[in-house]
Amino acid sequence: MMSADIQTLLPELMLALYAIAALMAGAFMGKDRYAPLLVWVTGGVLVLMAVWVGSGTGAHSAFSGSFVDDRFARFAKVMILVSAAAVLVMSQDYMARRGILRFEYPVLIALASVGMMVMVSAGDLMVLYMGLELQSLALYVVAALRRDSVKSTEAGLKYFVLGALSSGLLLYGASLTYGFAGTTLFSGIIAAAEGGVSLGLLFGLVFLIAGFAFKVSAAPFHMWTPDVYEGSPTPVTAFFATAPKIAGMALFARVVHDAFGGVVSDWQQIVAFLSVISMFLGAIAAIGQTNIKRLMAYSSIAHMGFAMMGLAAGTAFGVQAMLIYLAIYVTMNVGSFAFIMAMERDGRPVVEIDALRLYARREPLRALALLVLMFSLAGVPPLLGFFGKFYVLRAAYDAGLGWLAFAGVIASVIGAFYYLRVVYLMYFGNEPDDREALDGAMSPVLWGMLMVSALAMVIGVVNLFGIEPLAAAAAATLVN
Amino acid sequence: MATLILFAPLIGALICGFGWRIIGEAAAQWTATGLLFLSAFLSWIVFLTHDGVTHQIEILRFIESGALATEWAIRLDRLTAIMMVVITTVSALVHLYSFGYMAHDDNFREGESYRPRFFAYLSFFTFAMLALVTADNLVQMFFGWEGVGVASYLLIGFYYRKPSANAAAIKAFVVNRVGDFGFALGIMAIFFLTDSIRFDDVFAAAPALAETQLSFLWGEWNAAELIAVLLFIGAMGKSAQLFLHTWLPDAMEGPTPVSALIHAATMVTAGVFLVCRMSPLIEFAPMAKMFIVFLGASTAFFAATVGLVQNDIKRVIAYSTCSQLGYMFVAAGSGVYSVAMFHLFTHAFFKAMLFLGAGSVIHAMHHEQDMRNYGGLRHKIPLTFYAMLIGTLAITGVGIPLTHIGFAGFLSKDAVIESAWAGGGAYAFWLLVIAAAMTSFYSWRLMFMTFWGKPRGDHHAHEHAHESPLTMLVPLGALSLGAVFAGMIWYNDFFGDHHRVETWFGIASAEAHATEGAAAEGDTAEAHADAAEALAPEAVATEAAAPLPGQGAIYMAPDNTVLDDAHHAPTWVKVAPFVAMVAGFALSWLFYIARTDLPGRLAANQRPLYLFLLNKWYFDEIYSFLFVRPALGLGRLLWKRGDGTVIDGGLNGVALGIVPFLTRIAGRAQSGYVFHYVFAMVLGVAVLLTWVTLMGGAE
Repeated sequence: MMSADIQTLLPELMLALYAIAALMAGAFMGKDRYAPLLVWVTGGVLVLMAVWVGSGTGAHSAFSGSFVDDRFARFAKVMILVSAAAVLVMSQDYMARRGILRFEYPVLIALASVGMMVMVSAGDLMVLYMGLELQSLALYVVAALRRDSVKSTEAGLKYFVLGALSSGLLLYGASLTYGFAGTTLFSGIIAAAEGGVSLGLLFGLVFLIAGFAFKVSAAPFHMWTPDVYEGSPTPVTAFFATAPKIAGMALFARVVHDAFGGVVSDWQQIVAFLSVISMFLGAIAAIGQTNIKRLMAYSSIAHMGFAMMGLAAGTAFGVQAMLIYLAIYVTMNVGSFAFIMAMERDGRPVVEIDALRLYARREPLRALALLVLMFSLAGVPPLLGFFGKFYVLRAAYDAGLGWLAFAGVIASVIGAFYYLRVVYLMYFGNEPDDREALDGAMSPVLWGMLMVSALAMVIGVVNLFGIEPLAAAAAATLVN
Repeated sequence: MATLILFAPLIGALICGFGWRIIGEAAAQWTATGLLFLSAFLSWIVFLTHDGVTHQIEILRFIESGALATEWAIRLDRLTAIMMVVITTVSALVHLYSFGYMAHDDNFREGESYRPRFFAYLSFFTFAMLALVTADNLVQMFFGWEGVGVASYLLIGFYYRKPSANAAAIKAFVVNRVGDFGFALGIMAIFFLTDSIRFDDVFAAAPALAETQLSFLWGEWNAAELIAVLLFIGAMGKSAQLFLHTWLPDAMEGPTPVSALIHAATMVTAGVFLVCRMSPLIEFAPMAKMFIVFLGASTAFFAATVGLVQNDIKRVIAYSTCSQLGYMFVAAGSGVYSVAMFHLFTHAFFKAMLFLGAGSVIHAMHHEQDMRNYGGLRHKIPLTFYAMLIGTLAITGVGIPLTHIGFAGFLSKDAVIESAWAGGGAYAFWLLVIAAAMTSFYSWRLMFMTFWGKPRGDHHAHEHAHESPLTMLVPLGALSLGAVFAGMIWYNDFFGDHHRVETWFGIASAEAHATEGAAAEGDTAEAHADAAEALAPEAVATEAAAPLPGQGAIYMAPDNTVLDDAHHAPTWVKVAPFVAMVAGFALSWLFYIARTDLPGRLAANQRPLYLFLLNKWYFDEIYSFLFVRPALGLGRLLWKRGDGTVIDGGLNGVALGIVPFLTRIAGRAQSGYVFHYVFAMVLGVAVLLTWVTLMGGAE
């Protein structure tokens, strides 16, 4: 019995063991000297894990249902691991050149990945909390990785304080749920909520959702996002914008469907509400930004609003749309951050949007790639980003949330403004001063990521690289 | 061969339009013209050797979409052969003529290259027109139909620096859209009912259509009648029939060779061709035929009255064209499609010649078009004068009454009028006879004002009046041959001899003998009418042997005996147009040679009538009041209020006012203080809790 449980948990265990081993190796052997190597090895291990997890079949549960390994979990895990690996290898060059490449960085990323894997596989509120905290603690630290920078430490501290509050809300919700359902197992909660949900259980659900909303930075629990994105080193920002968002949304979907799948109408309104204000806030607040990292922060808030629109549909198709949306979103963000990491002048990172003025004249190919990504983020057909939006809008519309789909369209029109402004500056902006212009080459890894991501936006329209049936199968295991 | 005829002008247009920078202007013009002459030469071979049997030459698969499947094919029958000859001959001569006419043009700046563009448009027009007449299905025909519309638009507006030319081009395009809308509806109705747009299928289904009812707009209609009327609305637009005629006079803003080619000889006759082409369907729509006759006769009369008082030489001929097209429709509507084609055929020659002659006069007079400033030109430009004289003799219908000797117009117009008497009713007959008198009057008025009398207007222009170059005179000579002989040579094939008409158009003649036999019984019309009635059961009996719709180029229903009735028209009917012509000529002579003060006095005496005619029955003013100004007003309202105020204002308000305001608020909320952030989160939780409490309480 125990061995079967371990067997189900094996990938997470192996990754955790690897992280501990890497930590030991780093601590006792030469500290940061081997950090670049460790980054690559960790990246490799994460990809291997993705392949391993991805090759799994069937649905297993361990420890009497508190840990679930099904298609949905595997789909999310592969996305998490691949994006984490991508961001990790992208950051190596950037961090090494700025002297902040500590050997702890890859280890923390690995541990955060373990946390995220546990999150998406959680079948019990306690397991959920363990995964969430493992991930969060690792993220608090990487946010403040640049210890001698005030902004970075401020970001880490803010994230920690607000994260603690959200953990508190989540825990409070978990206790309320336990109090009214008598169990922390999702299977028990769904049984307790059969045929109507008590107000106490509903309160528990609201607090849980508030906690998740914080993790995925949905308005009005998003306030940390711009500050943390801005303050953290850019590779860390890139990481924040990708893997944890997937994990958060997957966890969100898992809880509302696995534990509260019987009372869809009770949480549907809440999720739709969060979705609408996230979309609008992300779109409207981003317009005023001059810092591209803050801009991407608001962009991710808006995108999470769209992903939640799929979730709000409360149907299997909605979850499928959400998964597709997340996969496209992650790809776009990896490419965009590859570009942002390469924005520098005299070896110093630049984050001002104005620095991109007439960038197309100097680097036509890179500018074109960013143009594709920005158009895709804005949801301009025929790029992949459009199809992501199309899926969630259809899911919402099919589920009878026509008003939500309508609001989504309006918000995406408003949001298009700031994406297109980046393109506008690159192609039609005024001549920049020599002091402002970007310079510097792009490392091959970043260049490759940028081009692959941009190319994927174009080529992917053919068949979405075949993820559609996979997402459908994953969604089918979650919603039944 | 037909394929080559069709595509040679297209190749010419492409080489001339896109390649002239490479091969040079002159080479480009000669390429287009040379290919056109080749096309014309081959057309004559086809025309003279054609056996009347319908051939189909498939070129490519055209449309494959569900039930809508057709190929791009050339339908080569007598109708096509006639049209090809007319189009390519006139077009080739007009190309040649344009060398002289377009050599210098004050509408373009020094050194500007406009000639290759002009020739390319001409050749493109020719291709589109050939595509129209060679079509084997309705969509292909529609392609050509719209292609000639585009070419016409481009050529009317060729002097694009002249606002009036641009306005005329737009007017022609818009008015044609109205007709095209009817045509498109007709095509859709045909496809809706027969599931095919191929002529063969449509013609075969024609008898069934006559039994079908179709709901359209507010009522139930007989399908054949409805379709015929819709198609005729398309023909009205293209052929400038009453109510949709207003664009044709304005189209004279284009260069004169264009007027000769497009707005006299070819494009405007497309409507007549359409009616003849669809004869197997029209034959099953007696009401529609009556409508066609009525409108054609009215147009012939109306345009002739307006032509009486116009002073612009080209406008006189334009109204004359409009009037002659009315004649053709009367013949087609009477059921004698061969006569409609006959008049189309002869008219193409003499009308193109009149236009080219007018162009020669205009050229000689330094682009002066007002006839009041002409006079006494016959000595200055003798060759042009003789050409115009022949054209005038042809259009007025000079010939020896009761024989078949005369100018082209004499034979074809008399055939039309006799057909109108036999099949169109008294209304059409009398209007056409009166119109013939007026035609004679205004044609001679044109001649007298231009070539006789004393020089008027700018004496400088008169002193420098000179004969046109050879490139312009040769086409006039060639066309004058047609204007003199075309009628006499083909009279029997088009009208004179029933049997030859049938072989000429390839109609199986099994039933023809029966009708002829019946026709032979009665000498007078009354007796014949009785005989036809007596024959009715017999006709039904022989129906099995009768030609099916679609066999042959045109179709005349077994009970359609108009052709024979026309042959047996009484003598006074046959003489009537000649008498009318002489009367018109005499009056014209009296007014403009003998008593030149009479026209002015008459105009002063009958001022309201004169103004009514001079202003073309106030059609333009009425349309302007009824359609143009309301449309402009509506457009302005939607533009200023709808687009400007509501949409732009709304968007600007949202984009420049509300959104930035919200952006500022969001920016201020992002204060950087952790306690503000916490406050927002707690507030969010509170709102959510309140909401679910209220919602939960409602459950």
